[in-house]
Amino acid sequence: MSNRPVNHARAAEHFLEDAPHLKFHDERLWDMRQKRDAQMHMLPEWQELREEASRIKEHTLAQLPEYLEQFEENAKKNGIHVHWARDGAEHNRIVGDILKAHGARSLIKSKSMVTEECDMRPYLEKQGVTVTETDLGERIQQLDDQLPSHIVVPAVHKLTSDVAKIFAKDYHTDPNIRDPHLLAEAQRQAARPVILHADAGMTGGNFVVAETGTFVVCTNEGNADLSATVPNLHIATIGIERLVPRMADLGVFIRLLSRSALGSPITQYTTHFRGPQDGGEMHVVLVDNGRSHRLGMDDFWTSLKCIRCGACMNTCPVYRRSGGLSYGAVYSGPIGAIIDPTFNERKYSTLPFASTLNGSCTNVCPVKIDIHEQLYKWRRVLVQHREIPFVKREIMYMAGKLMGQPKMYRAALRATETSLESLPRFALYNWLNPWGKHRELPHPIKQTFHDWYKKNRATPAATAPESGK
Amino acid sequence: MKIGLFIPCYIDAFYPEAGIATLELLEKLGQDVEYPLDQTCCGQPMGNSGCNSDAAAAEALFVRNFARFDKIVMPSGSCTHHVRDNFDAIPQTDEVRHVRENTFELVEFLHDILKVEAFPWAEFNHTVGLHNSCGTLRALRTASMSELGEKPFSKPMDLLKKVKGIRFVTPKRPDECCGFGGTFSVTEEAISARMGVDKVRDHHDAGAEYIVSADSSCMMHQQGCAERAGVPIRFIHIAQILNGAAQ
Ligand code: SF4
Repeated sequence: MSNRPVNHARAAEHFLEDAPHLKFHDERLWDMRQKRDAQMHMLPEWQELREEASRIKEHTLAQLPEYLEQFEENAKKNGIHVHWARDGAEHNRIVGDILKAHGARSLIKSKSMVTEECDMRPYLEKQGVTVTETDLGERIQQLDDQLPSHIVVPAVHKLTSDVAKIFAKDYHTDPNIRDPHLLAEAQRQAARPVILHADAGMTGGNFVVAETGTFVVCTNEGNADLSATVPNLHIATIGIERLVPRMADLGVFIRLLSRSALGSPITQYTTHFRGPQDGGEMHVVLVDNGRSHRLGMDDFWTSLKCIRCGACMNTCPVYRRSGGLSYGAVYSGPIGAIIDPTFNERKYSTLPFASTLNGSCTNVCPVKIDIHEQLYKWRRVLVQHREIPFVKREIMYMAGKLMGQPKMYRAALRATETSLESLPRFALYNWLNPWGKHRELPHPIKQTFHDWYKKNRATPAATAPESGK
Repeated sequence: MKIGLFIPCYIDAFYPEAGIATLELLEKLGQDVEYPLDQTCCGQPMGNSGCNSDAAAAEALFVRNFARFDKIVMPSGSCTHHVRDNFDAIPQTDEVRHVRENTFELVEFLHDILKVEAFPWAEFNHTVGLHNSCGTLRALRTASMSELGEKPFSKPMDLLKKVKGIRFVTPKRPDECCGFGGTFSVTEEAISARMGVDKVRDHHDAGAEYIVSADSSCMMHQQGCAERAGVPIRFIHIAQILNGAAQ
């Protein structure tokens, strides 16, 4: 994996050049945000739900080892095999071994961001296992060999015409289809035989319940249920932060999840998996992959509360205008920008700066993660770790010095050469140049406020130079 | 009550009329206001860029300038947000705490502290769209935000409604960030400008002749975007309207 910092700005510029895609992307996601608002207005207790959800998650995370053990114990009682994966490689090995032990050559799976994190597909394919995504959006992304651009709607950056082109190549359908239903039908026809003959099925898990040793999967297409129940072997890959203590806690999250995500009261399918089906086998792989490290980070551990609803992406004005792929990471948008650097600080060092810190994300987040404040804190960390460009650091250093010295600052404003000699003006102006690419500069003025005040208000005493310093 | 007036660097250098209006307005309201001449910047640009230690000199100077005042008032939401919420590059002495706790954005100050009932001198016969900067909206909370579904309130609106002749329009996405974001406007130039254009178009399409805001930094960016894209709309700081701008 290359360590080069993701160039979000350039990718965004590229995205902005394509007017039809930009318009569709922005409006589609904004519409999801509007629908979310409408659902929120229907629940007077919305803020209490958010508060409660946040509290439950913080409580659980504070006692994660105990709850994980409780889950393991109860899951085993339910006949579920529980595995622990420290990182992506271990996760892939575990899944590969389970499949090998069953002689499974084909795996159907529903959407799981954790398997993307682990980069599982290429690993299994090298072992001779055919992996087929059953979620429509995820399948589109698989066929197009792209990461999901959104955690809930993975192909939201594509127009119907893009999908028609991809399907024409792989499913030999008409590339001119513009009816989404026809495309969905094409996917259904192509997927059904694969599903019916698959050796194994894989799902993620939205919530894991410690007291019952069960887990819950929420989807809208029913593909997770097919993936889990048609083959006799079901493997669920789940991040260790997905835990809730009690069955009773679920109500809070189920009420928030789909309302926040799509603006629908509930997902079409909310399936509780309580153990293997008759004659079948069920495995749960609990994945750490950096989570316990994140849990130890004072400023960033609450990002583990995330229930992956995508509301922060839908509301983010930057994300809506740059697309998920511009983040160059498994997780994009505001939540991506605060967790990606925990995977690779250098590579994702640019992401916390790809934000105006407007704070909309924080206020839609159903589990009250202070996303924009974490973005702010990440900037400090990245500067301390020397992960921001030299020129920018230098400019801030010099600006900081200048701002501490009123005489020099005034002189600099008047652009007298003496005080500016120490500034590398060339670098400074080059760095500021982009301002004028799509914007005019502010108009020149006759007199600064400072000079106006001196002339019109200040008493002689007040204008005297600072004394005694 | 002795008031220290802080005029952010970009108002000083680019929009002095907003600063003058702030001062005149406070004087009209009978306040004892002084502008310490040795002021520069609140430290926000360095703080927001993650270069927090570089903000120390500016923050220390700010405290030296303003510690002697009862209240510190500034016509800028984002600077107020920095002083109140992020001003921690220097040790938090009693003086620093006094300054942080007594710093107010102009609208807050007029609305919450002075509780101004009327601006009899103010008349503005134009249609305006209000732009709340993200700092005022989501940090200072001078208006309700759409994300929370709370009961609508707006301190800037409460004040503007007291102005004779003024008419209001609401854009389709009133709470969407305009894309300024400090150094973001340079490092993410393309997105920033796009957000700015979308913002000014939204106001223009709603029928606004003017965008009015408590933050000149947002308007500096929006004006630049509007002029380049040829969107015919004008900009004015809320202090200018409340002070009785004739325009
Ligand atoms: S951070 Fe919050 S809003 Fe964003 S995906 Fe996670 S839960 Fe949803």
